[in-house]
Amino acid sequence: MNFDRIREKLNILADAAKYDISCASSGSDRTNKNKGLGNASKMGICHSYTPDGRCVSLLKILLTNHCIFDCAYCVTRKSNDVPRAAFKVQEVVDLTINFYRRNYIEGLFLSSGIFKSPDHTMERLVAVAKKLREEENFNGYIHLKSIPGASDELMYEAGLYADRLSVNIEVPTISGLKLLAPDKKHEDFTKPMEKVKNEIVRYQSERKIIKNTPKYAPSGQSTQMIVGASGESDKDIMYSATYYYKTYNMKRVYYSGYVPVTHDSRLPAIGSQVPMLRENRLYQTDWLLRFYGFSIGELLNKQHPNLDMDVDPKLSWALRNLHHFPVDINKGDKRLLARIPGIGMQSVDKIMKARKFRKLNWDHLKKIGVALNRAQYFVVCDSNQWERRDLDAERIKGMILQNSYGKFRDQYSTQLSLFN
Amino acid sequence: MNASTTLVYDGSFNGFLTAVFVAFDEKINVADIQKNNQSQNGLFSETETIFTHVDKAKRVWNGIRNKSHNAISNIYFAFLSETEGVEMMLYTYIQKLMRAKNGKYLDYSDSTVLFIAQLARKVGREKHRMEAFVRFQLTKDNIYFANIEPDFDVLPLISKHFRDRYADQKWLIYDVKRKYGIYYDLDHVEMVSLNLKDIHHNKTVKSDAFATEEYEYQTLWNDYFKSTNIASRINPKLHTQHVPKRYWKYLSEKKEAV
Repeated sequence: MNFDRIREKLNILADAAKYDISCASSGSDRTNKNKGLGNASKMGICHSYTPDGRCVSLLKILLTNHCIFDCAYCVTRKSNDVPRAAFKVQEVVDLTINFYRRNYIEGLFLSSGIFKSPDHTMERLVAVAKKLREEENFNGYIHLKSIPGASDELMYEAGLYADRLSVNIEVPTISGLKLLAPDKKHEDFTKPMEKVKNEIVRYQSERKIIKNTPKYAPSGQSTQMIVGASGESDKDIMYSATYYYKTYNMKRVYYSGYVPVTHDSRLPAIGSQVPMLRENRLYQTDWLLRFYGFSIGELLNKQHPNLDMDVDPKLSWALRNLHHFPVDINKGDKRLLARIPGIGMQSVDKIMKARKFRKLNWDHLKKIGVALNRAQYFVVCDSNQWERRDLDAERIKGMILQNSYGKFRDQYSTQLSLFN
Repeated sequence: MNASTTLVYDGSFNGFLTAVFVAFDEKINVADIQKNNQSQNGLFSETETIFTHVDKAKRVWNGIRNKSHNAISNIYFAFLSETEGVEMMLYTYIQKLMRAKNGKYLDYSDSTVLFIAQLARKVGREKHRMEAFVRFQLTKDNIYFANIEPDFDVLPLISKHFRDRYADQKWLIYDVKRKYGIYYDLDHVEMVSLNLKDIHHNKTVKSDAFATEEYEYQTLWNDYFKSTNIASRINPKLHTQHVPKRYWKYLSEKKEAV
């Protein structure tokens, strides 16, 4: 191993790959075959966390940062003057295996700039995955990028070796895409997604008949959108996310607050703040849609095209719909409990189980872990103390904000007014 | 009325289950269950020493497992927390479990049940952390070696994970705090106790026990860790929340920070 050369390449190519948010290693249950190396953990394992608080679970690198495209938001676009490098297939394989053996990582996340042509690039990515699986008997997690515009045959082959495939659509609206990535067409992104989705469906139905059907991308597909680069509203982002969840059975859509990397008049200037609070609210909305039984129209619509910054989206929905409350903790059904601000799905589950034994009061709720600061205005339980005043939404919001210390507080509150 | 009795066992999980068996079998009014190296006589109770009996322990294990798989794993996890006084909480938990109809372990409005469930969860979290934070270093005799210092005694819980995953390499994980380790010899995992001269955490001095390429890979890993960070999103509070400082000394990527 030429240590210095590898070190240099790793620095360049890991640095370029870091803007990909996804580092999930969950969802696959690949087992260790024939006393080989590795297996996948169903719930995923984060082996470390970067100082910015993101999970490090995969070796996330680009195969190369040479690129023929010129997308405005991207750090490796061809007109950007940065050092370029490229890994050989064997070098990526060696790094992955040696990091894996030391329990640093769950597997490999391989992306790439597009050199020569999409197919040429995809072929190399597949070659790495194939070598890991077939020559090294590696059963850890592999996440491959689907290169926009890659052929169906290559996408099919990629799914045979990878656990997850992803294409980042990056810009949520078609008009934004035209502005920021003029070389790429919307269809280039959706075609590989479509192919992979169809193959996953086909393999799943085959498995029902033949049990030892090989795995095909067992951890599904994901995608990523940049937030705050092209002036889109929260509604645009979430409606397009919902579209990808529904149409392509996405496992995850990631929202990445745009980190300015280049000087370009079409984008926020270098040094402007990363919209982390907004990103956080979008993830909260995403969770409400996937786990809490909300539909997108309830949270974002024509009247409310953007999420509130000062309160979470569930509380914001509850304040607009006070006629659903208060809910009786001891009687309300599961879907209704999930809609109470301050109660998460874990608490809902505990409440459902506990209330079979006795009626629950404030004490029980507190011990179970409900955030009473928010929940108290929306529930009644086995106690003669509950909010009897007929408070309007503004009042409730004021009282909740007064008693909460969210970490983003300084970003939304201009000192709460003295008498509210 | 029966006089209350303090049961003293040898500190093993089987020992604890035997104590439970004896308590149920002889209808003892239990004052406390204590480990033999830290037992204290109560003022008004007698002391009885329990001799570990695997068959008796097995009967208790099966009895609880027939009630619920969930409960038995809660009990095992909570026991490994080594929390002071956990034996008595567990005894109360088992009593409640056996007396009630099925499903008692789900009564989160009962303080004992909630306490045991939360304790088991804590241990589960530590187990998961150790699966993540073990950092193997390759020794010259081709063994992947790691030191750990977990809050709870999680080695028995993580051994399956590492056996399944690293089936083709020899490895040894050694708990510095509890002075024993698990060693995999490509066939079985066995418990070992070592006489370690020095503990291999993040020292800048290179030890000659390790293979030469070991330090190269550590450097590459440190570099990777640095370049994957986005400086404009820095969030130290979140970082230490995910990777608490007490684990840093065994994480090679935190070498400089220690």
